[in-house]
This record gives sequence, C-alpha cells and structure tokens, in this order.
Amino acid sequence: MKNLESDKKLDIPAKENSEGEAANMAREFATYSSRRLLLIVSICGLLAACVIIALLALTVGSVGIPFKTVWQVLISHLPFVHAQANWSAVTDMIITGIRLPRILLAGAVGTALGTAGATYQGLFRNPLADPYLIGVAQGAALGAVLGFIVPWTFGGSYLIPVMAFIGAVAAVSVVYLIARVGKTAPVTTLILAGVAIGALLMSVTSYFTMISADKVRSILSWMMGNLSYAGWDQLGIITPYIVVGLAVIFLFARPLNVMQLDEDQAEQLGINVERTKIILLGAATLITAAAVCFVGTIGFVGIIVPHIVRLIWGPDHRLLLPLSAIMGAILLILADTASRTLMAPSEIPVGVITAFIGAPFFLFLLRRTKKAVF
Amino acid sequence: MAKMEMQNVTLTYGQRSVVRELSLHIYPGELLGLVGPNGCGKTSIIKALSHVLIPDAGRILLDGQELGAISRTELARLIGVVPQNPSLPDTFTVFEVAILGRNPHLGLLSGETARDMAVVWQAMEKTGITHLAKRRIGELSGGEKQRVTIARVLAQEPQVILMDEPTANLDIFQQMDILDLITGMCREKNTAGLIAIHDLNIAAQYCTRIIMLKNGQIRAEGMPKEVVTAENVREVFGADTTVYPHPENNLPMVLPNTGCRHSGNGNKEKQANKVH
Repeated sequence: MKNLESDKKLDIPAKENSEGEAANMAREFATYSSRRLLLIVSICGLLAACVIIALLALTVGSVGIPFKTVWQVLISHLPFVHAQANWSAVTDMIITGIRLPRILLAGAVGTALGTAGATYQGLFRNPLADPYLIGVAQGAALGAVLGFIVPWTFGGSYLIPVMAFIGAVAAVSVVYLIARVGKTAPVTTLILAGVAIGALLMSVTSYFTMISADKVRSILSWMMGNLSYAGWDQLGIITPYIVVGLAVIFLFARPLNVMQLDEDQAEQLGINVERTKIILLGAATLITAAAVCFVGTIGFVGIIVPHIVRLIWGPDHRLLLPLSAIMGAILLILADTASRTLMAPSEIPVGVITAFIGAPFFLFLLRRTKKAVF
Repeated sequence: MAKMEMQNVTLTYGQRSVVRELSLHIYPGELLGLVGPNGCGKTSIIKALSHVLIPDAGRILLDGQELGAISRTELARLIGVVPQNPSLPDTFTVFEVAILGRNPHLGLLSGETARDMAVVWQAMEKTGITHLAKRRIGELSGGEKQRVTIARVLAQEPQVILMDEPTANLDIFQQMDILDLITGMCREKNTAGLIAIHDLNIAAQYCTRIIMLKNGQIRAEGMPKEVVTAENVREVFGADTTVYPHPENNLPMVLPNTGCRHSGNGNKEKQANKVH
C-alpha cells in the first residue's frame, strides 16, 4: 500500500520513472535469463566436485592407496591405453572390482533419492515429504523381509532385491488406487493413505522380522542401508531405471513449478494435473524402488538434499531437480566412504551416517540462513 | 475475439446442486458482474467456465466450441482465471510467479523468450508490482499477493478473463486501481470479462452488465440500473436498503437501512416539514 502511494508520487517526474523501469526490466531479464547459465555452471561445478570426491573416496579404505596409483589404474582401464602396470593385481582388484562399483552405486542411489525427494516435496507441496512418504520404503522392506525368510532358493542373490522392488512399486500403486476419488487423487488423501498403508505393511514386516530369529541382523542391516555387497552387476541393473526416471522427471520441471500454485490454478494454466501427478509419482517411485532394492532403505538423503539445494539455489525446479540429483550423489558417496572407513574393518550402516552427519549439517544451514526455505 | 456461453448448465458438488439450468453469455469487451449472497454459485460458475468443474448437464461454449473439445493448453491461452484466495508458493519471488502465466505459451522443452519476459514485465507494470519483482511471496501483504495473481493472469494474455472476488483484500484505492485496469483491458483489448463480486456498489460502478444470482439461478439480469434496485436486493439478499443514483454518473448506489437510525431520519423529515 505504501509502495503504491510512493509510485503515485513518483508519477510527476514521469520520464525518469520510466527510464528507471526500463533499467529494472533489463536487470530482471538478465538475472532470470542467466538462470540457464547458472544451471550449466552449477551442474558443471557440482559434477566436478562429485568426481573429485569419488576419486578421493577410491584412495581410502582398509588399504590406503595413493591418489596417483588410483589415477593410473583408472587410466589403464580406458580403451586404447596400454600402461605399464607398476601396481599389484590386488590393488587393481580393490580399485576396479570393489571400490569403484561401490562408489558408483552410492552415487546412483544418492542421485535417485535426492531427485525423488525433490519431486515428492514439489508434488505434495510439503517440506516434510521424502521418497518414502507414500509407502515405497515400507513396501520394499516387506518385500525384502519376505525374501529373507522364504525358504525358496530360486533367483539366488537377486531374490531379495526383486521382492523389494516389487513390494515398493506395489505399495505405492495400492496407495494411489485407494486415494483415488472419482477421477483424481488429492495429495492430502494420498499422504494419509500412504501413512495408513505404510503402518499396515510395517506391522507385518515387524512381525516377520521378529519371528525370523536367525536373520534379524541381516534384515536390520538391509533396513538401515548397506552398500557392502555392491558390484558391477547391480549397478548395471538399476542404472537404466534411474536414467529413464530422471529424464522423465527433468522434463516436468516447469509443470512442477506451475503446480506450486494449487491444483486449480495449475489446471487453469494448461497443466493436466492428474496426468502430471501420475507420471511424476510413477517416475519417482521407480527410481526410489531401484535405489533401495539392493542397498536397503537409506534414510535422510531424500529429505535433506532438496533442502540444501533450495537453500543455495532457490525453489525453481529447473535448477532444483538436476542439482538435487548431483548433490544426492555427493552426499551418499561421502556417507558411504565414512561408513566403510570410520570403524574399519567393520562397517557402520550408511543410513546411520547419513542421519548422523546430515542432520547437524542441515540444522547448521537452517540456522545460518534463517529464512523460510520452502 | 472470444465469446463465452453457458447453456442450461447444472453444477453439483456431491449430492448438492449449486447451479441449476443456468444460461449466460459473456461478450468481448464487456465486464459482466456476478453478484449474489454467499453460496449462490458464483465460484462454481467460474470453475465451470474454466473447465475445472465439469457440468452435470448443459453445455459451455467458447466461440461456439465446447470446452471439452479444446485442449487444456489451448484453454489456458484463451481463458485467464483469478481465483478466490489463490495459494502461492511463499519462497518464489514475485517475478517467478508472474512468469508462470507464460506456461501455456511454452512447449515442454522451450524456455522463456525475450517476448515472454516483456509480456510479464508489462503485466507487472500494469498491476504496479515491478518494484516487488525480487521479493518473496511470503513477505507480501494480502493486497500485494492479489496483484501478483492478477499480473500472472495478465501475462497469460487471455481473451476471456474470469475473476472471483479479485478485490477482496484491497482498500478502496487499490480496488479502483484494479477495476480501472480490468475495465480498461476489456474495452481496449476487447477481452470478455466476468467478475464475481460481493460489493454491489463496486459492481454497479464498473460492470457493463450485472447478473444477480440466488440459489444457483438468475434472479435479475441487465444494466446496473435495472438490476441493482432496492426490491431486487431485498428479494435476493433479504436486506433492507435504499438505492440512490450516484451524484456524478447516476449509477445505482446501495445504502443499508440501519434500523436504529430510522427514528433519526423520521425526525429530520418532521423538521423539514416544519420549515416548509
């Protein structure tokens, strides 16, 4: 109101005012248009940071390997490179057979959880949303526990991940179908149905966990997140799902911005809200299910990563989604490195690390900026 | 330019029908006022006209074409809606919200062009919020937020503009500012305007035509002078009022008859009689 009055007063030197307006407009255009540049620069910067962190993570572990050796080993595996090997076969094995797939898997899982978290928070317009909000984790956990306790042997080591994947996707599908009223599934109903189904599945999971006397430890370890069985095969299996899911989600970044208004306004701005919701829920569920099926339900990454990105880059989903993907990878690679080195040779579950390091860091950011972020 | 039409439309929420067999037209260049007591179906009509609420019976046409036959995106290019109490994301800046109005004009992969930016800026200039461009929505007053939504709708460059109580949070100066802007737009750009509004005086001053609703049906329709009468106000709102012509433009003004002052008026009349 005050501002409007002062505008009126400024009407007298009208010429100066309009020149000022033109300058303002130019400045606003420049900052808004430079968003694409900001996105490219930020992506490059974060990717570079991610690669450096991954390389450093390759050097540490139960056996320390100098950075130079790591570098040489990696180079020697590139096609058309014939390097003189001055390292042992064991070193090569540790780097390319154990640590590299594990770090890449951590990166892929972190990418999926970070992006899915940002998608869920945007879709539900709720800062407390995480990828596990509407039953993915509980469905995956029940699937995994069943995989642990059934006496079947077919599928071998893939039985548990396949069951977890099916459980995750089935749980979300059931939640969506239950929440559907007529032609739409209102977000509040989705969340409530998700909470109810989650509790139901969790009770069954707890019961089976309790009666599975000898397997409690492995079940708990799966639920807290465990990357120690990582291998190239697993990476190869989940990567296609994650790549496709990410591509779909990134495509819907601007519609997701429009949906930050409300559903009616989004419809009136040309968004097919229900279709967008189904596509994004489907894609986010797919990448989350792929992320957790081998390594378990790692917590906190999905909720914290989008908030960190929002604190630094703001709420525009065109920046938020891709940057959450890379930030998720960075965070989980760091957490997994800590999990396998802090108390080596034994491992701390990675989910414990993500919460233990993530929570204080998040609180620090929250206190320092002291502004509403969502 | 686009003309909108409702033919015998019935709208229901659950079991309750809020609008029954209602027909109306909105012509290019006019600002049609929709007045009536709370719950008379104003908001439902606006939702139906923007294809968010689907009628149970009857047809809604935009330039002779049924809304269902037009794509969502195309509809959003033609119809702009200022909802009642729209929710806005608190962390977005004013500019970021206003530019969402360009969404129907953009492809899934394309970004905003210089022209999009200029349209948004003009819309913000018209609503007087350019100085707020970088401010976050959470820091704004109710009236400022309302103007952000109007700017967002202007940025859509619609041919039909539907407004649900767009001046509810504004003071008298701001109300006049926004309504001058809207009437100007309807006149100059030949936009078809519909405004659902509580304030009968504002409706009478700014609307070219008024429809008075009660229980989801039209009770009176026509020029402000024909619709805003003491009898209609009594019948539709159940309120006892006096309707006077505005001293400058003769448009009707509604004044409440407050029971306690009656005796006062009576005294004045007596005194006046005495002087005569």
